Amino acid sequence: MPEPLTRAVRWDTVVGALLIVLSLLSFGCVDGFGNALNLSFLLGNTLPIALIALPMTLLVVSGDVDLSVASTAGLSGAVLGRLWNEGLAIQTIIPLCLLLGVACGLVNGLLVTRLGLPSLAVTIGTLAAYRGIAQIVLGSDTVTDFPPQYLDFAAGRIGDSFLPRAFPLFLVLLALAAVVLHATPFGRSLYAIGAGEEAARFAGIRVRRTKLVLFVATGFMSALTGVFWALHYASARYDNATGLELSVVAAVLLGGIDFDGGRGTIGGALAGVFLLGALQNVMSLLDVSAQSQTVVTGVLLVVSVLGPRLARRFAVARRPA
Amino acid sequence: MPHPSPRRARVLLAAGTGLALALTACGGTTKDDVKADYAAPAPAGPADPGAATKKDLTVGFLPKQVNNPYFTTAGKGGERALAELGSHYKEVGPGSATDTAGQVSYVNTLTQQRVDAIAVSAQDPGALCTALRQAMRGGIKVVTYDSDTTPGCRNAFVSPAGAEDLGRVQVRLLARQIGYKGEIAILSAAQTATNQNTWIGHMKDELKDPKYKDIRLVGIAYGNDDAQQSFQQTQGLLQEHPDLKGIISPTTVGIKAAARYLSGSKYRGKVRLTGLGTPNDLRRYVKNGTVEAFALWDPDRLGALAARTAVALASGQISGRRGETFRSGGTTYTLGENGVIDLGEPTVFDARTIDRYHF
Repeated sequence: MPEPLTRAVRWDTVVGALLIVLSLLSFGCVDGFGNALNLSFLLGNTLPIALIALPMTLLVVSGDVDLSVASTAGLSGAVLGRLWNEGLAIQTIIPLCLLLGVACGLVNGLLVTRLGLPSLAVTIGTLAAYRGIAQIVLGSDTVTDFPPQYLDFAAGRIGDSFLPRAFPLFLVLLALAAVVLHATPFGRSLYAIGAGEEAARFAGIRVRRTKLVLFVATGFMSALTGVFWALHYASARYDNATGLELSVVAAVLLGGIDFDGGRGTIGGALAGVFLLGALQNVMSLLDVSAQSQTVVTGVLLVVSVLGPRLARRFAVARRPA
Repeated sequence: MPHPSPRRARVLLAAGTGLALALTACGGTTKDDVKADYAAPAPAGPADPGAATKKDLTVGFLPKQVNNPYFTTAGKGGERALAELGSHYKEVGPGSATDTAGQVSYVNTLTQQRVDAIAVSAQDPGALCTALRQAMRGGIKVVTYDSDTTPGCRNAFVSPAGAEDLGRVQVRLLARQIGYKGEIAILSAAQTATNQNTWIGHMKDELKDPKYKDIRLVGIAYGNDDAQQSFQQTQGLLQEHPDLKGIISPTTVGIKAAARYLSGSKYRGKVRLTGLGTPNDLRRYVKNGTVEAFALWDPDRLGALAARTAVALASGQISGRRGETFRSGGTTYTLGENGVIDLGEPTVFDARTIDRYHF
């Protein structure tokens, strides 16, 4: 078996291929899918998931997870709304929201690295705590009157093309995440930590420092997503982005990032995110009910946990002894 | 990503804060600079009350949540009215009543499917705006029902009875039941629900009347229109306020859960419950003495009026301006301030009247 063929059955390539097949089929067969407006809707609705999926991929590769991302996004949006109501300038508020995200990530990271608690438990706790604080900060208010040029940036598209205006910013962040994970010693150390923390420590990797950096980066990106969400939907509420963490984890798993750590690529995560996004868009256009959509997503998730394992077994079996 | 040394992190933090402060000093864009430009309703061109009612239109209904009995009833009303008018009904919607992003993407879906009009019950007054304006630019008429958006984001709003009437009638019902004396509490839905908060505002205003001087509102709980959460919140209210005399629950899910709790507890008949509920949900609690009287509009009629309004808009008979009228099914409807159409006075249900209603 030639080397390129065994490589081709890697799960992330499978998901990428599925995404391309689904897109081509939808272009041909689904009414209303292929026009620029719909594609911009698809991308715009998927961007929040994609933004958080970037740091989440790095975190899961290193064997950890952050379930408080959606609450951090909600808190950042709530603070945005509250400070806007208080009359602060939006140019001041946004950096403050991002700093707040850094602080949320720092709390998660410190609890995990200093107290040695499992990240799953810590971030389930902060998931509730951050959402609670968001509710205290903004209460039952809904803030909608943000400056039009900011709303246009978050919800508009470039000219008549299908690209949301915020898309170039996402591409920059995507490139950054890809380079960090796949082309730097830092990225390689994440795979090492994910594969075995003890071994990584003995190899001289500063495991705790690395993890802290990852949690801070995740907090920052969650806050950025929170700001984007509030402006994209012109609506800052304490319950913004509720449940988004599940979509992110689902997309990342679907993209072939192993929940046990040590395996996965940014490309796979990206394919997973947009496959779920495109699927949802197509199902809506075809009038599939919300309940059936949930079932389809759930089945896909189970497949995505099984799939990479089967794909690996297949690849190993085909490898010449 | 390089390992940032603590010193470098501190420098970054200082720089970030400094930048933020510098930007504040230079002014920047604040709330005061942004005028609310979505305040007026979006009129859909000139109206011709004599225009013929178009047939074969498709009206997409987008409730806050699908498979919620209340919205299912409203949808049935809409479907029936559209069938009478020779047009088509279609329903899409999210499975959760707080999935704002889901509702936005359904508006986009309906836009893509090129329906003639959208009838939507908005989860959030602002979040749907961009998507709905996009739909209106594409020639789709938008009517909100049950829960409104900012007026600039739709052509007309079908209000389920005046919000003020609804708020006040619930206080009057409860006050009478508890003899104008004692502690009361409110069990609402989501803390952000527009209609709930409007009604609660009117309740508080009604309570300012001197005849209620011996009544004290001691708490508002939120059950998020979830049966289990509402049940627990009821329990919580009673534990927190042992002297509670009555509860108002202005949500069909909440009042049903509260009735279920009270009915099975020692508080049955002692703590009074009223609010907005459906006769089918509350029939057994009225019969067993847990609930004396409650109110609601008829969601079936609400859905039907939303459908008729959507068809009138799509036919060009109205455009959303105050004072415009349209005739449908033998009744004449008039648009009020900001394109609001009132369904009429709420109905009060009690042991004598409840068996006349089935929804």
